[in-house]
Amino acid sequence: MNSCMERLKNGIITENPTFVMMLGMCPTLAVTSSAVNGLGMGLSTTAVLIMSNMFISLLRKVIPDKVRIPAYIVIVASFVTVIQLLLKGFVPSLDKALGVYIPLIVVNCIILGRAEAYASKNSVLPSIFDGIGMGLGFTFGLTCIGICRELLGSGAIFGKTVIPESFHITFFVLAPGAFLVLAFLTAIQNKLKLPSATNVPGGDIACGGNCAECIGCSSVANKGLIEAERAAAKAAKAQAAKEAAEKAKAAKAAKAAAEKKED
Amino acid sequence: MSKLLNISSSPHVRDSSSTKSIMWDVIIALIPATVFGIWNFGINALILIAACVATCVLTEYIWQKCMKLPLTVSDGSAALTGLLLALNLSSKFPVWMAILGSVFAILIVKQLFGGLGQNFMNPALGARCFLMVSFAGQMTSFAYNGAVGFRYLSGKELEAITGPTPLAVIKAGGDANLLDMFLGNIGGTIGETSVIALLIGAAYLLARRVITWRIPITYIAVFAVFTLLYGGFDLRYLALELCGGGLMLGAFFMATDYVTSPITPKGQILFGALLGILTGVFRFFGASAEGVSYAIIICNLLVPLIERVTIPTPFGKEGIKDGK
Repeated sequence: MNSCMERLKNGIITENPTFVMMLGMCPTLAVTSSAVNGLGMGLSTTAVLIMSNMFISLLRKVIPDKVRIPAYIVIVASFVTVIQLLLKGFVPSLDKALGVYIPLIVVNCIILGRAEAYASKNSVLPSIFDGIGMGLGFTFGLTCIGICRELLGSGAIFGKTVIPESFHITFFVLAPGAFLVLAFLTAIQNKLKLPSATNVPGGDIACGGNCAECIGCSSVANKGLIEAERAAAKAAKAQAAKEAAEKAKAAKAAKAAAEKKED
Repeated sequence: MSKLLNISSSPHVRDSSSTKSIMWDVIIALIPATVFGIWNFGINALILIAACVATCVLTEYIWQKCMKLPLTVSDGSAALTGLLLALNLSSKFPVWMAILGSVFAILIVKQLFGGLGQNFMNPALGARCFLMVSFAGQMTSFAYNGAVGFRYLSGKELEAITGPTPLAVIKAGGDANLLDMFLGNIGGTIGETSVIALLIGAAYLLARRVITWRIPITYIAVFAVFTLLYGGFDLRYLALELCGGGLMLGAFFMATDYVTSPITPKGQILFGALLGILTGVFRFFGASAEGVSYAIIICNLLVPLIERVTIPTPFGKEGIKDGK
């Protein structure tokens, strides 16, 4: 159970897909024009993520390695279709607002990323909790951006108008506002030294992600590895050459001995 | 004179001009248009200009103080940004929106990208487009009923009438008075109406060699050719299009911004040509009658690419071939 809680925390805070990993930027920027849209998109993705993680984890020993990506896509697409039909049936207004971004959940890189990085290697229960954690993290990120944009752009919080219409800055509801709000939220994160894509010294992201303090340590480590390998190859070659020389010498000596014998 | 030969590294040709002198030259060149704008639109225009300039300077000062950066307020670049932004606004524009736009220009377009010399697009135009997207209604609502100064002197109290600019009338298929458009007796943004006032300023800048002919003349010429081709060689239509809207203000004062225009001579001509074509496309095929500001900020974004393909070959070198 401990690992399940760890998965939840990992998804929501440590590796938050929106603010830390910066994954799934397309829906993040496109559908967050209001808090409700962000919440709806986040929850739809969460539902798909939980189901797909569960099924991929169940089938992880059945799916052949070479065709795993198409297999994941088929599983994800089935659940997306289910979600889309449910949205169409029960919340048509949300379905209309999210539009093409619901079918596009199929190619959302968070879902494929979790399938590839976690669900295909772990047992069912932690995979489900990984899906819940990542999904809630994504929902949290989208709702945050949605609240900021809705408040500035249409002066409302979850549809309740709090700012009179003449003070609405339409810019924030449109596409450029999404980039600006995301950039400012990330800037606040950096300022508060919270974990983010750009300041995790020694974090899990390939090189730690901290470019400001990077002295190319990963390349240095790489160079060390490459040089060690080269040295080993050289030594092996030298050894082989030495052995060959010795063999040749021995053969020569034997030949000479044989010739001597003949004489 | 000592007979010793002095050795120094390049540059050998020096000039007394500085950022400050150039910025003040541009501000001086804008004075005719500014004064005419105030004459034309009255006290509102003056308030807007003062608010924009003050906000820009203050924003830059506060940001540089807070970030412990060297203060560059006295070089006049922030004041120029504020002035250009105000000249791009309708005289009826609410003051708080103008202040918001000024903060956007200095803080987001200029300072967040590293301050003067680092901004990727013209701050005044970036802010104009921000305001255009945010408050389309207020940005495109113009009122005019004869110059306010003239009305005041002659004692006639006339209410300004909200109506489309001549450019919008022409786009809708109507006609306008060419002489009024040239002199500036029309509605529009504070600084764009009078072609003659803008040309006086442009002549000053060209005479002071603050700007070269390359960008503005190529821009206007290519736009003129585009208009002739589109309008079926109608010279009157061409003249109306050249005098209408922000073409002159944009071509001489904003497209020539040092930071956001190419430094290579060939690049400047290419930049001007692109501006002409884009302005034509936006004006004739776009939804709005005006297209100068969007054309300039799009070309601002293309400047690094333009400079890359137009690097001059140093004497004695074979130059850059195939991007190597």
